[in-house]
Amino acid sequence: MTTTTSGTPMVKAEGVHKSFGAAHILKGIDLEVAPREVFCLIGPSGSGKSTFLRCINHLEKVNAGRLSVDGELVGYRQKGDKLYELKDSEVALKRRDIGMVFQRFNLFPHMTAIENVMEAPIQVKGESKAVARARAERLLDRVGLSDKAKNYPSQLSGGQQQRVAIARALAMEPKLMLFDEPTSALDPELVGDVLDVMRGLAEDGMTMIVVTHEMGFAREVGDSLVFMDEGVVVESGHPRDVLTNPQHDRTKSFLSKVL
Amino acid sequence: MTADMNKKGPEDSIPSSPGPATAPVPLKAIPVRHYGRYVSAVVALGLLAAIISAFAGGKINWGAIPDYFFDDRILSGMGQTLLLTFLSMAIGIVGGILLAVMRLSKNPVTSSIAWFYIWFFRGTPVLVQLMVWFNLGLVFEYINLGPIYKDYWSVFMTPLLTALLGLGLNEAAYMAEICRAGLLAVDEGQTEASHALGMTHAKTLRRVVIPQAMRVIVPPTGNEVINMLKTTSLVSAVQFAELLRQAQDIGQTSGAAVEMLFLAATWYLILTTLFSIGQFYLERYYGRGSSRALPLTPFQKVKANLASLGNRTGATR
Repeated sequence: MTTTTSGTPMVKAEGVHKSFGAAHILKGIDLEVAPREVFCLIGPSGSGKSTFLRCINHLEKVNAGRLSVDGELVGYRQKGDKLYELKDSEVALKRRDIGMVFQRFNLFPHMTAIENVMEAPIQVKGESKAVARARAERLLDRVGLSDKAKNYPSQLSGGQQQRVAIARALAMEPKLMLFDEPTSALDPELVGDVLDVMRGLAEDGMTMIVVTHEMGFAREVGDSLVFMDEGVVVESGHPRDVLTNPQHDRTKSFLSKVL
Repeated sequence: MTADMNKKGPEDSIPSSPGPATAPVPLKAIPVRHYGRYVSAVVALGLLAAIISAFAGGKINWGAIPDYFFDDRILSGMGQTLLLTFLSMAIGIVGGILLAVMRLSKNPVTSSIAWFYIWFFRGTPVLVQLMVWFNLGLVFEYINLGPIYKDYWSVFMTPLLTALLGLGLNEAAYMAEICRAGLLAVDEGQTEASHALGMTHAKTLRRVVIPQAMRVIVPPTGNEVINMLKTTSLVSAVQFAELLRQAQDIGQTSGAAVEMLFLAATWYLILTTLFSIGQFYLERYYGRGSSRALPLTPFQKVKANLASLGNRTGATR
């Protein structure tokens, strides 16, 4: 797939299948994401890209295939040729290292911005309030919202909420960040702020998997890009190559509509 | 529409505007007059006056009510009523949350147990349940907790304990359905976000889901508290000396039976009013973050109204 850098890949998928009842959403996904890579997933809605992303932190359970993060299987333990699902607490332990940003932000509405960012380190890692607060302040400053720390999510714009959500995910100091269409629910003029934060993260060497419709971002920031359709990977490569010189007809017709 | 045309602006050169450029006159907007409201208010007040005068002229010794209003027996009965209300509701709320979580659990055993509990306790009258608790000595002669406690059931089952078990366990079944509605009302994205941060299922419930569910749970729970306050009057059937029982006892001895019922009713009204005020502040607390501005407290409202009275210079708005 991509030129694998030395060491274990951050995410490795081998023949990942997922279905909801009769609907077969993922039909054998194989791909690899290297550490420090910005990996973009594009495709029409219903192509399974969000589902795949959610499989990576076990919000969805895969039905077949192997999916590992940093060399460890996601949500399962392998014994012989069978996979045994992990307990709730074991899954939670693995999710600590994987940050996720949602299309609809999903901030906790009953907590202020800074409380949202402090929550997981205190509750999950047992950090002291002072330490968590100091980091939360730093992170809010990083996403340009230090003056909104005491605001509730309902008092923030969509773009601000999404930046708080990114800070909340970063507070757990993850080694991998998943972005599920982070700008799709935003007014066009607010998209830029969120993308700037993501660009900054990429520059700092964060491994990122981004499901997006922002082709400009993919081209500029992405290290590799995958085009998915109907549950399979249709085409992959460097974003510039795929976006400017797509090989498959399906990719061409999709790009002609979105570019 | 006409108000728009009054905006002074340089582009205000509509050909149809009459006359030369005069200074725009502020137009006064008159809201719809609701004459029907005045009429209905008068009718309602008239009816109220008729009812009051009928009661005042009845063969009721109203003077007996103030005589016994702060009677020691009444006050102690009220204390028992409040105690019973709070303890039963505490059992009901804790049990209700537990049952709701069990009911929504993926574990078929726990969800079935919860379903059965709710089915049973909601399906039988609370008065029957109270009397069954009282008479359970027919089934269990002794209560035997090993080295800790051992006694006859009839000694163990004091009126207070009977009342608490009867009312509390029954209430838990109703609270379970209220809590379940609250838990279901929380967006699934909240659970996902919490899980994605590495929080376990239990922690997600406690820190993320339940606090948000409270916003939905509190209003009907306030309703339940007020309901419970009045339902406690049923426990006079199991020899528990609460407010109604005490009022009736006084009525028996003093010969002012009906008067004492009115007295009790007045106290119940006072207590429910106090509870409603408490409920308002509780709702306000759990509403934080759900809307941009919290509803005003009555004091803030009065303050705001006084302030607006002060600067009501012109009604041109």
